[in-house]
Amino acid sequence: MLNHDILIVGGGLTGLRAAVGLCDRFNVGLISKVYPTRSHSIAAQGGINAALTNNPDSRDDSWEKHTFDTIKGSDYLADQDAVEIMCKEAIKIVYEMEHWGCPFSRFPDGTIAQRPFGGAGYPRTCYSSDITGHVLLNTLYERAIAKGVKIYPEWFVTSLCIEEGQCHGVVALDIRTGELIPVRAKATFFGTGGYGRVYQHSTNALINTGSGIGMAYAAGAPLKDMEFVQFHPTCLIGTSILMTEACRGEGGYLFNNQGERFMQRYVPTAMELAPRDIVSRCIQTEINEGRGFDHPLGKYIQLDLRHLGAKKIIERLPGIRNISIDFIGIDPIIEPIPIMPCQHYSMGGIDVDKRCASDIHGFYAGGECSCVSVHGGNRLGGNSLLDTIVFGKLAAQAIAEDLEGGGALPDEKPLLKLKDEVEQKLGRLATPGRGKAYRIQAELGAVLDEKVGIFRTRKEMEQALQKIAGLKEEYRNVGVSSAARYMNFELINALELEYMLEVAHTITLGALLREESRGAHFRTDFKTRNDRDWLKHTIAKIGPDGEPVISFKDVTITRYQPMERKY
Amino acid sequence: MIKANSYTFKILRYDAKEPGSRPRFATYRIKVIPGLTVLAVLIRIRDEIDGTLSFRCSCRSAVCGSCAMVINGKIDLACRTQVAIFDTDTIILEPLPNFEVIRDLVVDMTPFWQMYEKVQPYLIRHSPNPEKEIPQSEEERRRIDQYVNCILCACCYGACPVLARDPNYMGPAAAAKLERFVLDSRDERPADVLESVNDEHGVWGCDTVFRCIDACPKDVRPTDAFVGLRQEIVKKRFQKMLGKAKDEA
Repeated sequence: MLNHDILIVGGGLTGLRAAVGLCDRFNVGLISKVYPTRSHSIAAQGGINAALTNNPDSRDDSWEKHTFDTIKGSDYLADQDAVEIMCKEAIKIVYEMEHWGCPFSRFPDGTIAQRPFGGAGYPRTCYSSDITGHVLLNTLYERAIAKGVKIYPEWFVTSLCIEEGQCHGVVALDIRTGELIPVRAKATFFGTGGYGRVYQHSTNALINTGSGIGMAYAAGAPLKDMEFVQFHPTCLIGTSILMTEACRGEGGYLFNNQGERFMQRYVPTAMELAPRDIVSRCIQTEINEGRGFDHPLGKYIQLDLRHLGAKKIIERLPGIRNISIDFIGIDPIIEPIPIMPCQHYSMGGIDVDKRCASDIHGFYAGGECSCVSVHGGNRLGGNSLLDTIVFGKLAAQAIAEDLEGGGALPDEKPLLKLKDEVEQKLGRLATPGRGKAYRIQAELGAVLDEKVGIFRTRKEMEQALQKIAGLKEEYRNVGVSSAARYMNFELINALELEYMLEVAHTITLGALLREESRGAHFRTDFKTRNDRDWLKHTIAKIGPDGEPVISFKDVTITRYQPMERKY
Repeated sequence: MIKANSYTFKILRYDAKEPGSRPRFATYRIKVIPGLTVLAVLIRIRDEIDGTLSFRCSCRSAVCGSCAMVINGKIDLACRTQVAIFDTDTIILEPLPNFEVIRDLVVDMTPFWQMYEKVQPYLIRHSPNPEKEIPQSEEERRRIDQYVNCILCACCYGACPVLARDPNYMGPAAAAKLERFVLDSRDERPADVLESVNDEHGVWGCDTVFRCIDACPKDVRPTDAFVGLRQEIVKKRFQKMLGKAKDEA
């Protein structure tokens, strides 16, 4: 058994920021299922929002305006006190990351460069060309190395241990040795990322299964607003690789097969820079109504950067150009990029408050796996990197406060019992003659894409729920080819699939129950927002029979009364 | 419909934990549509044919650095290499050289990260930080650009002929990381920090044969870093000598 004061699960921006904030005063351990620099934070491209007022067009920007844009973007589902905290902290953490060495792009006056992004009143997105996640993650990893944070790379957490409202720690599999190890901690913090891979088409890395979310739920922690799933408007056809919003922030256009900049018909003022939920629906509508282009891999819309010119594309969007050339053989300087919307971000997640505390004693969560909620029904571009670092920092402060005065490690018995259960499960999975996990995962992805996507309706979601129940049944018969536990990625996939099914279940059930359209959740049978009945958070908690029990929680409103959301 | 072509994948398999196990090529035949990447095929082989095949992957878009390996003799990321670019229907996959193999295409990255940590890969400053950002001109930022792009995939480490004969050599990625900070206008590391790499296992070990540059999927030029670090060490040494001479005079 390993013991730490604080156990952090996840080596992305949130986990690393929390670790850096705690390691001076506590015995901290950080578990990551990949080397931390492989975490999905690395893939964020466009930037991080903070009202620095560096851009000549943003001199009268302020954190209050950032707050308002975020709340409006959330379709008023975000908790306004939490958004205020995030937007105020934004300025501090961007400077802090800069002081720690983050190589932001610069304006000619030597200040951090800022570009326009969707749904924002001012150009306030700080960036490093189109690799902002890469530079932020490297900077925080470097910081963690400088501070000597104890990292367990390539360890996979199989289960979270909660008993009688108290978190005891986790059981983890050392992927390299195959050893199963209980890890006990006074406080356990999850920064385990989003669940993109429950959808077939997602911009997310293959590691983004949402197993942390599903694991917390299975252990008894409630989830919040799971039905709110962001579909990014511009993903490369075929591979679904993200084409950053900065493509449009830098001036890119969207064209249908009539050669029309169709956003003019939908949102004539904001055009391509309307928020993501809206642009995704417009693109999907164009495709559904026959104005998309045909490709063997599906129908698409054109993202045209050609008029920006070679110099700007090479300077500001070099990664986008490389990806287009490497993955589809198209140079955006010469040809438009074929794109379609697909799953991108998890607004919902583990239900936590603005201190990142859950209602389980000793269990905390932050970043994409959590739901504070600062993104509500729709997250603005540039606010996810912000969320990860701000709430990594604030979680560290909250955990430090809560552990003030010491306190004993929790009882080890529940952990040992849980370890035995995991042992049995691993044994079961290795029994010969069982079904393959990948088939179930493929079917799950297809049903969510098709029936719990951009446009939703009761009948389809009922079908999806039935399908998910059937897949859960099938999962009981899943197995792996080898009993070896080290470097056995088939085994890890099989373990994660169990949690993916729970995540998919809560998304679909939440979406079925929410009979309104808000942010990224659009019901073709309930097309408008209904504040009277639905200005509230959906809470899903696992019941004694293993089925989700749904309840609701009020949204915190401070200064911004819900208004019609117009751009 | 897209027409699929048949390919033969030969993958070098080995299990360091299996007593008496020896590296052997396993052969898989699979139909592939144009545009499919080597990584996509590896995933299909693991899913559909042989669940015991072991390899690392994550982002599948050439940014996370997980899936470096040898593909038909060339070191590259499996996720950004399309099957159809080769003039042959046989694809041979081997683990990254200069590392111990753990299982199949998974190598032990520990020495790579040890070298990385050794160069103090973080910004070092003594001056108090300003309230806002530390100013940096566009030109100063551009100076570190190529090194900032490094994704720590270790393609360069696998390609390096010096590492093949000297496992204590720092390797290209660590040098690129060090140069990224030495060149950063905000960094204030003391000159003697470079002394730790001022020997034949450090910056003087490089053969300057540019294999690392050929192997880098992100257009980083680690050889430039070695040249730059050598110049910096020589310059610092001269400054020290001149400073001393002045003192004595």
